[in-house]
Amino acid sequence: MSIEKRVEDIKEDLEFFEDELQKYEYIIDLGKKLKPLEEKYKIPANLVHGCTSQVWLICEQKDGKLFFTGTADAIIVKGLAYMILQIFSGSTIQELKDINMDIVHELGLSEVINPNRQSGVIGMIKKIKEYAQKA
Amino acid sequence: MFKKDFTYFENSDIVYLDNAATTQKPKEVVSSQVEYYEKYCANTHRSNFGDANKATLNYENARKTLKSFINASINEEIIFTKGVTESINFIAASYAKKFKTVIISSLEHHSNIVPWHMQNRSLGNGLEVVKCNENLDFDMEHFEELLKNNPRAFVSVTHISNAFGKIHDIKAIITLAHKYDAVVMIDGAQSLAHMKVDMQDLDADFFAISAHKTYGPTGVGAVYIKEKYLEDVDAYQTGGATIHEVDFNSSTLLDSPFKFEAGTQNIAGVIGFAEALKYLNRIGYENIEAIEKNVFDYLNKELEKLPNIEFYNDMNNTIGSRSFNFKGLVHDDVGILVDKMKIALRVGHHCAQPIMKQLGLKGTIRVSVSFYNDYADIDKLIVALKRALQMLED
Repeated sequence: MSIEKRVEDIKEDLEFFEDELQKYEYIIDLGKKLKPLEEKYKIPANLVHGCTSQVWLICEQKDGKLFFTGTADAIIVKGLAYMILQIFSGSTIQELKDINMDIVHELGLSEVINPNRQSGVIGMIKKIKEYAQKA
Repeated sequence: MFKKDFTYFENSDIVYLDNAATTQKPKEVVSSQVEYYEKYCANTHRSNFGDANKATLNYENARKTLKSFINASINEEIIFTKGVTESINFIAASYAKKFKTVIISSLEHHSNIVPWHMQNRSLGNGLEVVKCNENLDFDMEHFEELLKNNPRAFVSVTHISNAFGKIHDIKAIITLAHKYDAVVMIDGAQSLAHMKVDMQDLDADFFAISAHKTYGPTGVGAVYIKEKYLEDVDAYQTGGATIHEVDFNSSTLLDSPFKFEAGTQNIAGVIGFAEALKYLNRIGYENIEAIEKNVFDYLNKELEKLPNIEFYNDMNNTIGSRSFNFKGLVHDDVGILVDKMKIALRVGHHCAQPIMKQLGLKGTIRVSVSFYNDYADIDKLIVALKRALQMLED
C-alpha cells in the first residue's frame, strides 16, 4: 500500500469522529497499542527533535525497505507516533526520501492537535527522512 | 461576580485558570487603548501640540499612579519597561554586573536566572542559590550563610513563585540582606495581582513589575529603583528622549526616569496599566485577597480528592498557583485533554527548569487563579480532570 493510501486511511479514521474528545480517545487507544520499546533503545541518538514530549524512533533495514519502531512518554504522542509508524514503516528508502512534509496538513491534524504537537509530528517525519538519507 | 468587568468573559466560555501567565483585562483597560489610538494618538515628551501634550500628561499621570500604588517616594523611582524580563535584564546589565556575587532563590523564573548566566556567572562562580526545604520554603539560614560568605552581594529573588505559588517573605529577606550590605532586587511579576506591596515599608532597592500579569496590557512593565541608586544605574539603551545635549563628539543624558526610557514607549500600554491599577484600587486588595484565598483553598480541597494526585509543596504561604501531577501520567496528556474541554491551564516547566530538575520533574499541571474565578470554575475544572483521568487510565 502506498504512503498516500495509508494517509488517506488514517484521515478517514480521524474524520469518522465528529467530537474532538472522541478523536482523542481514538488516538489514546492507538497509543496503547504501541508495543513497549526496550530501554536500551531510549538513547539520545534515537530521540526526535521538536517534540514537547520525549519520542524515540528506531529504524531497521530489510530488503531495501525501512521498518520503524518507537515510543513516547506521553500517551497522546504515542498515539500520534503509532499513526506515523503505520504510514511510513515498511516503505522503500526512495519513498521515504521523497516524503512531502505537507503530509501533516493532508492528515488534517492541524484541527486536532495544537502547533506544539504538530511540530512533534513534523519532527518524527524528519527523523524518518533522516534515517532514509543515511540508509 | 467580577467577570462582568471583563469583556473576555462575555466573548468566551473558557474557564480561564492561567492567570499566572497573563490575566484578563478589565473593560476600562481595553477602552483606554482604543481611546488613545482613536482620539489622541501622538508621541510623548517631544511635540508640543494638544494631543501630544495630552498623551504626555496621561503617560506621566500613569507614573504617578504606579508610584502611589506601590508607595514609592518619588516619581523618578518609576521606570517603565516592556515587562519584568526587561526590568531584570536592565538592572542586571546596568547596575548588578559590577557585583562579585549575585544570590538568587531556588524558585526563580528563567528571567531571573539566564541574565546572570549571560554575565558568565555560574553556580559557585559569581552566582549562589538559596536552598529551599521539602515544602519549597526559602531557607533563611542558608541565605544568611551565603550573605556572610559573600559580603556586599546583589540579591535578586522572586516574591511569589510563578510555578508553585510560594510567597517569599521579602521583607525579612530584604532586612537580612541589608544587614550584610547587600543590595536587593525583587522579581514582583506575580505580586501586584495578588497583594499590596509598599516600597518604603519593604525597603526594596529594586522591584520589577509586570503590567500584563496585573490586569494591564501586554508589553508593559516597570522597575522601581530606590532614589539613592538612580545615579549609580547606567542607561540601558540610549537614543531619542534620553538626552540633554548631543553633538558628534559626545552626549549628555537627562536624569531619571527619562535617561532610562529610550525611544518611543508603549504609550497606550502604560496608560492602560494605570487604568488597571485604578481598577484594582476600586476592588481593593482586602477583597482580592479574601476571594482568592477562598477559591484557592477550595481548589486545593477538590484537587486533593482526585486519585493519584501529587503536590510538591504545602499550602502555607501560597497564593495564585497550584502545581501538581498524577502518578503515572504525563502532564502534557492531561493538558491537551482539558483544553478540549475548554479549561485553560498550563502544563510544562513554567520557565522554572532548575527547580523542576531538582524535584525530578519534567513539568507540572499548573492551575492559577484570580479574584474573578469562582467555585463554579473549579467545579468545571474538576469534572474535566476526572474525564481526562478516565480517558488516560489503562
